[in-house]
Amino acid sequence: MDETVAEFFRRTILKIPITEMMTVLKAWDFLSENHLQTVNFRQRKESLVQDLVLLCEEKRASLNDAALLDIIYTQFHRHQKVWDVFQMSRRPGEDIDLFDMEQFKSSFKKILQRALKNVTVSFRDTEENAVWIRIAWGTQYRKPNQYKPVYVVYYSQTPYAFVASSLLKSNLPLLGQALTVASKHHQIVKMDLRSRYLDSLKAIVFKQYNQNFETHNSTTPLQERSLGLDINIVDSRIIHENRVEKERIQRVTQEIFGDYPQPRLEFAQYKLETKFKSDLNRGILAEREEPLRCLVKFSSPHLLEALKSLAPAGIADAPLSPLLTCIPNKGMNYFKIRDK
Amino acid sequence: MSVLRPLDKLPGLNTATILLVGTDDVLLQQLAGSMLKEDCASELKVHLAKSLPLPSNVNRPRIDLIVFVVNLHSQHSLRNVEESLHHVDASFFLGKESHCSVHRNTVVKLAHTYRSPLLFCDLEVEGFRTTMAQRLVRMLQICAGHVPGVSALNLLSLLRSTENPSLEDL
Repeated sequence: MDETVAEFFRRTILKIPITEMMTVLKAWDFLSENHLQTVNFRQRKESLVQDLVLLCEEKRASLNDAALLDIIYTQFHRHQKVWDVFQMSRRPGEDIDLFDMEQFKSSFKKILQRALKNVTVSFRDTEENAVWIRIAWGTQYRKPNQYKPVYVVYYSQTPYAFVASSLLKSNLPLLGQALTVASKHHQIVKMDLRSRYLDSLKAIVFKQYNQNFETHNSTTPLQERSLGLDINIVDSRIIHENRVEKERIQRVTQEIFGDYPQPRLEFAQYKLETKFKSDLNRGILAEREEPLRCLVKFSSPHLLEALKSLAPAGIADAPLSPLLTCIPNKGMNYFKIRDK
Repeated sequence: MSVLRPLDKLPGLNTATILLVGTDDVLLQQLAGSMLKEDCASELKVHLAKSLPLPSNVNRPRIDLIVFVVNLHSQHSLRNVEESLHHVDASFFLGKESHCSVHRNTVVKLAHTYRSPLLFCDLEVEGFRTTMAQRLVRMLQICAGHVPGVSALNLLSLLRSTENPSLEDL
């Protein structure tokens, strides 16, 4: 086996946490049960990895097998990457043929290989008619860099593709073109939506987030289903003076956010290009023609749940600004705000 | 009924009622819970309000002590308290009102203006919250007149902080 391929195997297997090692290797399905039994999984990680690499060499594993293992690792650790969302469209009135996965894959690969001689493209099919694509880019004269791949998750029954890129932005136009042509679309556009949580992005884009997964007993009064304030257990010696107002806030919050768990995003960014408005007549910023450029960014481990709990916690008034509440509906978390 | 007056109702038998005013609902509720856990000879009642004035159509007992809870992470919380203070009758300030704050400075000035005792506490930490609850329960008992020999006005002069002289110099 080539030195570089062996090294690639070693580094890929080394990334996998010991607790997941068995699961990942089984999903990879390249080394059979019998092979795996010959390896001692209780030794130190470096030695274990060495044994596994030797086993792969014996079985004549190729670069493609290594790339597949890399895809599986990434599928298990998808939140380690930041995913962008792209939407493709067809020309109005265009005839849509039945989608052929194999044809898509071969067309995609051909387009990339024609443009860049040195490129490694690997595919893995998953459920829901989706395919994970891994692309390692090289140049005319350099072999592909296996350590900075781009991942694309394309849902073939939809016009959406999710892309996790490492830092090589120069190849994105080519990638877009390959995706569009291979899937028989006409145009591709990058949406203003980005997050680490691929499943949440899916839920937002496919509008699947507003489904209740638990069965709610809808006869329980609003207060008892409230967010975190368990009024049932509360002492009868505690009296809430603003009960009416609290109920109103709960109702408004529920109307806007619903009963279901929110999709997970880490931030929302608002780029302001509006003129500065001030009550004071004199101010350095007051009388300028150019818009004031300002960036406001909200970050949170779970942004939408945090926004949902703002009004009930008393930190903000209900209803919240539509700029904040429109995020899942519009499928955006990057906004540019200009004067009307 | 838009202004709270201290003595416009008859007291309940052996009852002491405290009104906690603040925007942070969850913290108020936790503080109320801690207070009610305390061993106390009088029957305690805790009313929680986001702001004043209180809704007028409710039958409520006489309020013995008002505590305004200000969260210094939130400008909104401070402004809410400032506005609510307008709805409290002047005679409440003779000992039956105090501020409890989650952090520092503008509040010190506010408390000084209203001659109100100012207490600092990190209400999110269980231990500190229990201590604060104990203090509030004792203050409440005094304000309700349940402790013989000590009146609310006495308590006010005893609670004068030694930091105050520097502000009075201003």
